[in-house]
Amino acid sequence: MIVVENLSYSVASAQILTDVSVTLPKGGITALIGPNGAGKSSLFSHIARLLPMQSGRITVDGMDVAPSNRQELARKLAILPQQAHFATRLTVKELVQFGRYPHCQGRLRTEDHEMVEASLHAFGLMPLAGRFLDTLSGGQRHKAHVAMTYAQDTDYLLLDEPLNNLDIAASRALMALLRRLADEEGKTIVIVLHDINFAAQYADHLVVLKDGRIEREGKPADMVTGALLADVFRTDAQVAVVGDTPFVMP
Amino acid sequence: MVLAAISLFVGVISLRPSEIFQDGAAFGLMLDSRLPRTLATLIAGAALAVCGMIMQMLVRNRFVEPMTAGTGQGAALGILIVVLLFPSASILVKMSIATATAMVSSIGFLLIVRRLPPAQPLLVPLVAMIYGGIIGAGVTFVAYQWDMLQYIDTWLNGDFSGVMRGRYELLWVAALITALTYVIADQFAIAGLGRDASINLGLNYDQVMILGLLAISVVAALTVITVGAIPFVGLIVPNIISRRFGDNLRATLPLTALCGASLVLVSDIIGRVIRAPYEIPVGTVLGVLGAVVFLWLLYAGPKHAR
Repeated sequence: MIVVENLSYSVASAQILTDVSVTLPKGGITALIGPNGAGKSSLFSHIARLLPMQSGRITVDGMDVAPSNRQELARKLAILPQQAHFATRLTVKELVQFGRYPHCQGRLRTEDHEMVEASLHAFGLMPLAGRFLDTLSGGQRHKAHVAMTYAQDTDYLLLDEPLNNLDIAASRALMALLRRLADEEGKTIVIVLHDINFAAQYADHLVVLKDGRIEREGKPADMVTGALLADVFRTDAQVAVVGDTPFVMP
Repeated sequence: MVLAAISLFVGVISLRPSEIFQDGAAFGLMLDSRLPRTLATLIAGAALAVCGMIMQMLVRNRFVEPMTAGTGQGAALGILIVVLLFPSASILVKMSIATATAMVSSIGFLLIVRRLPPAQPLLVPLVAMIYGGIIGAGVTFVAYQWDMLQYIDTWLNGDFSGVMRGRYELLWVAALITALTYVIADQFAIAGLGRDASINLGLNYDQVMILGLLAISVVAALTVITVGAIPFVGLIVPNIISRRFGDNLRATLPLTALCGASLVLVSDIIGRVIRAPYEIPVGTVLGVLGAVVFLWLLYAGPKHAR
C-alpha cells in the first residue's frame, strides 16, 4: 500500500501539486490519468523519490520514502522513468544484471544469475542478451529496461508513460505482461498513462488528477464516462461500452 | 611489458642490457632515472585513462576528459596560488590546495554541463575546451604578472624528462586512488545510466558524484605537480575501450588502465627517439596523436553514439 499524505509541490511560483492525499491499494494495476499538466508525473516522481519532498509524507508499506531508506526502497519498488537518454554502451544482459544491484551490490550470486536469466526469458530477450543496447531498436531497448526493473524483483513496479514510442502490438504486449505480473506474481503496479482506453482496459483502479489535485478515483467501468471527459479533459468525446469495458471514441 | 623494457634502455646515455650488472654507473642510471621514468609513465597513463573513463560516466558524455575540461587547469591554478602565496608550503599542502582547486573547477564544469541540452552531445566537449581554456588563460595571465611563465609550462605541458628517483613518488598515491576506484566501478557504471536509474537502484547518486570527482581531482593534481598535464589519454583510451568492449566498468577498467599506460609509454618513447639526443615532451606527442584520433572519433561518433 502506498500512502500519500498532504503532498504539495511548487516550482518557482507555479503550484504543481496541492495538498494531495491518496492511498494506492496493494496488488493490481493502478493507473494515474489526467490531462496534460495535471501533475501525474510530479506525483509519480515523488512516489519514486526522484524529486525531493517539499511538504507532506509518502510511505510504502509503512516505510518512509526518504533518502535514508534508499537501499531498502530499491528492493521494494522499482521505477521505470520516461524513456531515458542513454549514452553508455552496455549489453542487454549487463543492463539486466544491474537490476540485481540492490540485492547483491554488484557481486552476483547464483540466485541473482537465475533471476537475470528468468527476466531475459520472460521478455524474450535471450537472443539479444549479448547485443549492445545502442544497436537495438527503440522498442527492444525499452523492453530491456523493463526487464531490468523486473529483475529487481520488487513488490512494487512504477512506470511513467511506458507506452510512449511503442506501436500498438508492443503496447498491448507490455500491458498484458504487466497484467500477468499483477495477477500471477501478486505485484503492485502503478502506471502513468495518457491513453484512457489502455487504462480502462488493463487497470483495476484509476486515479484521476486535475490541476494538481486528485479529482476522483475508482474502478474504470464507473469512472470512464462522458462526464469525466467533459469535466476533467474538457472534451466532448463519446464513450461506448464494449463488453463491460468503456471505450472512448477518439 | 615489452614496451616497458624498451623504455628502460632508450635515452641520451646509451645503455645496453648487458651493462647493467657489470657497470655500477649504468646500474645507478637505471635506478635513478630510467626505472622511475618508466614507472611514472605507466602510472600516469593508467590513472589518467581510468579518470577519463570515470569522468565520461559522471558527465554522461563521451568527449570529455579531466585535462581538457578544467580539472588539470584547476590543479595548475592551485599550485600557482600556493607558489605565490606560500612558497615555503610543504608538498602535502601544495597537493591539498591543488586538489581543492581542481575539484572546484570540475564541479563548476559539471554544473555548466547539466544546463546543456542532452540531445546535443557535441556541445559538451566544446564547452569543456572553452572552460578549460579560460581557466588555463587565467593561470597564464597570473603567471605572466609574476614572471613565472616557465613554471607554468612545466605544469601545463606534460614531460617525463624531469622524472628521477625522489621526484615522482607522489604518483604512487595516484596509482592507489586509481586502484581504489575499481572497488566502486559498478557504481560509476550505474551513475552513467543517469540520476533516475541510479536512484531506482538505491544508489547514493550525489555521493558517487563526489567520490568520482574527488578521485579525478586528486589524480589530476598529482599528475600536474609531478609531470605536468598530459592531454588526450583520458579521452582516446576510454573511447576505444568503450567502443570495443562496452561500459561495464568492472570488466573494462583494468583494460583501460593497461591501454592508457601503454599509450603514454609509447608516446614518451617516441618523444625520446624522434629527435634524439633532444626530447619532445610527451604532452606534445600526445597532443598531435590525440588531435588526430579525436577528430576521427568525432567524425565516426554519431554512427555509434547514443
